[in-house]
Amino acid sequence: MSEVDVSTTWRRFDRRRRIGRFVGVLGALVVFLASWRYLDMGITNVETVPREINDLLTRMYPPDVAYTVEIVEPLIETLHIAALGTAGAVVLAVPVALLAAENTTPNAATYWLGKLIVTVSRSVNTIIWALIFVVVFGSGPLAGAVAIAFRSVGFLGKLLGEEIEEIDFGQVEAVRAAGASSVQVLLYGILPQVKPALVGLSVYRWDINVRDSTILGFVGAGGIGVQLFRAVNAFAWQSVAMILIVILGVVLASEGISAYARRLVR
Amino acid sequence: MTLDVTDLRKTYPTGDEALNGVDLSVGGSETTAMIGPSGAGKSTFIRCVNRLTEPTGGTVEIDGTDLTALDDDGLREARRDIGMIFQEYNLVERLTVMENVLTGRLGYVSAWRAFRRSFPPEDIERAYEILETVGLDDMENKRVDELSGGQRQRVGIARAVVQQPKILLVDEPTSSLDPETSNTVMRLLTEIAAEREVPVLINIHEVDLAVEHADRIVGLHDGEVVFEGSADELGDDTLDRVYRGGDPPESRAPNASEGPADDDAADESVVRNGVVSADGRASERPTSGGS
Amino acid sequence: MAAEQRTWRRPTAFGRREFKWAAYVGLVAFFLWSALGVGVDPARIAQGIGRGLTLLGDFFPPEATPRQAQRIVDKMVESVAMAMISTVTGILISVPVAFMAAENLSPKPLYYLNRGFISLSRALNAIIVAILVVKAVGLGPLAGIITITFKTVGFFAKLLAEDLEDIDMGSVDAVRAAGASPVQTLLYGVVPQIIPRFAGLSVYRWDINIRTSTVVGIVGAGGIGSVLLTAFNRYSYQYVSAILVAIIAVVLVAEGVSAVVRRRYQ
Repeated sequence: MSEVDVSTTWRRFDRRRRIGRFVGVLGALVVFLASWRYLDMGITNVETVPREINDLLTRMYPPDVAYTVEIVEPLIETLHIAALGTAGAVVLAVPVALLAAENTTPNAATYWLGKLIVTVSRSVNTIIWALIFVVVFGSGPLAGAVAIAFRSVGFLGKLLGEEIEEIDFGQVEAVRAAGASSVQVLLYGILPQVKPALVGLSVYRWDINVRDSTILGFVGAGGIGVQLFRAVNAFAWQSVAMILIVILGVVLASEGISAYARRLVR
Repeated sequence: MTLDVTDLRKTYPTGDEALNGVDLSVGGSETTAMIGPSGAGKSTFIRCVNRLTEPTGGTVEIDGTDLTALDDDGLREARRDIGMIFQEYNLVERLTVMENVLTGRLGYVSAWRAFRRSFPPEDIERAYEILETVGLDDMENKRVDELSGGQRQRVGIARAVVQQPKILLVDEPTSSLDPETSNTVMRLLTEIAAEREVPVLINIHEVDLAVEHADRIVGLHDGEVVFEGSADELGDDTLDRVYRGGDPPESRAPNASEGPADDDAADESVVRNGVVSADGRASERPTSGGS
Repeated sequence: MAAEQRTWRRPTAFGRREFKWAAYVGLVAFFLWSALGVGVDPARIAQGIGRGLTLLGDFFPPEATPRQAQRIVDKMVESVAMAMISTVTGILISVPVAFMAAENLSPKPLYYLNRGFISLSRALNAIIVAILVVKAVGLGPLAGIITITFKTVGFFAKLLAEDLEDIDMGSVDAVRAAGASPVQTLLYGVVPQIIPRFAGLSVYRWDINIRTSTVVGIVGAGGIGSVLLTAFNRYSYQYVSAILVAIIAVVLVAEGVSAVVRRRYQ
């Protein structure tokens, strides 16, 4: 009885939404089928997938624990890349954020410059940045760190810029009214207001960067990816499994640290 | 020290004419209260004096120096001599009381020293003394966001006073405070003016506070000065002129206290704390005039 | 009152000033170690900046022959198609995974198993997953679809499971108390509570998937990425920049669509 009640009231309040949702689901289905046909993959191909993946997983077991010794060094390199890339990104992101925030940018041209930097940085994936910087700096972790920094500038610049746009401008004006220079206005009026966001976002991005740094090796930009790629190409699946376990551990640890640090700053 | 404002004009990009040629001189150690309805241009006027809002015409002279002609560096130097106190306190919420007070000394230290919070010892000593004057002893390491409204406004006053200004500009200091705290803050301001011999220019919409504490009253309506004189000279008809643009007292419009355009964020409402009644007149006129 | 001059130092959040300095010194030392590990040296940086500017010059103007342009379009459509399919399959698989990973709805062993799966999916970068999948099922868009589906499940099931854990059990109990079967309880007690977020999250993930689908090709999992890698390896930088412009454009359109849809739904 009451079950019917629930359903009718829900329908009445939500009819238009339900129609919208129905159209959405239908559209998704049509696009799904069209995409499938476009890619021209036979069903038979798909059928073998579970078996192949299962096969791969079986070969990975048991993980080659002894191999751990060989991945300590590339692992540390990965962490260096993430730390340095994040640090570089924070340094670059502060001016970019000031440009990309409507209330601190000097004029319309600088505003659009800020937006352009943010957009390009964010739209290009880390691995593509790595491809570019391997050309620039040669292969090695330096290219990786710069790639991480370039990818993170947009992320930090965008979010920090949004924080700056929400600050209380009265506080800034008061500092300015006392005769402070523009650097001092930045230090006393703006920075204290965005400091928690700056720290929180940096730590959060560092966490993401630890994950991203694991792939740089595929294009020669250093880190544990080099080792992983080598093991995959040698079909050393048990070593691969060990690397994956180590990556998993490091990523989970960095996620924990990042969450803890963000709670700490208020 | 004197402040001479001549023919000050401000037209906002929206076309609102906030100030239509205001002339005003403030000097000595007198307290001048500027009253007027919301949108009369009181806030715009004060903000134009230290160019937080850029005036569109006229001159602002402090001891003969025209502030409107100064470049950025000159303006910064001139602002060191102008203490400003804000309606919403405008303290840097996440900094300590002491850091906020020392903000008033920023004009005298390098950016690097400011960053390291290493101010000259005499600045710090002065800051302590002023904190005692405003009744905030031992509060220097509290963060501002832990303070009450009245305490915040005292920090705001301390920040302005530590500048050792030649003039204090005060923009609606009491409209975020309860009546009792308002009175204390006003008394504090006039005391400071007398003690340090600096003129104080206060924007205020609470007429009875103005009458009680100010030596001189300036009435602003629609961006023009319509009254200037002592508190005793402020009669019902002049109040009508200030708040309703010269209508005779009989024709009381119900909402005459509301100004024409709400161009000033600070001039939100004339009716606060029940101090000014709906027709824009003082509800309780004190019989004894100014102090 | 003020016989002697008082001093003031900013109170530190670290409790004691020594701790603060120790923390700063530690941090700086770590970054120096990172810089050393990554191989930052001024000469290399200077050389890199020079080469970077040359490369930037080589990028302009973006240019593609008609055949290359056709290839960009084809492979870009392939990327988008991969993203579409993976979003749908990913969400479909996420729903049961989310229910099994919701602490309040699932038995403990099943809960831990599915949480583990979600953590794994989130910790591994799409590129790493793609490499493994390519080894398992071969080159081509199918590998990309499996990769992106896997990543979608990790993201979607986690958020959905959190939503499920936050649902108001009172109204679920009410429906159950009215005599509804488990399926009916699900439909009338649980689903209405989570559906509003569902739509927004789907579109958001679709947006992320578009981004991912443009890069997995770098390791052979279909889409525009393979074209980019080839162009890089042939040093045809104007072609590279044409591809980058195409990627940025598609990513921006996806982001715009996603933002508009989410705003209308929330």
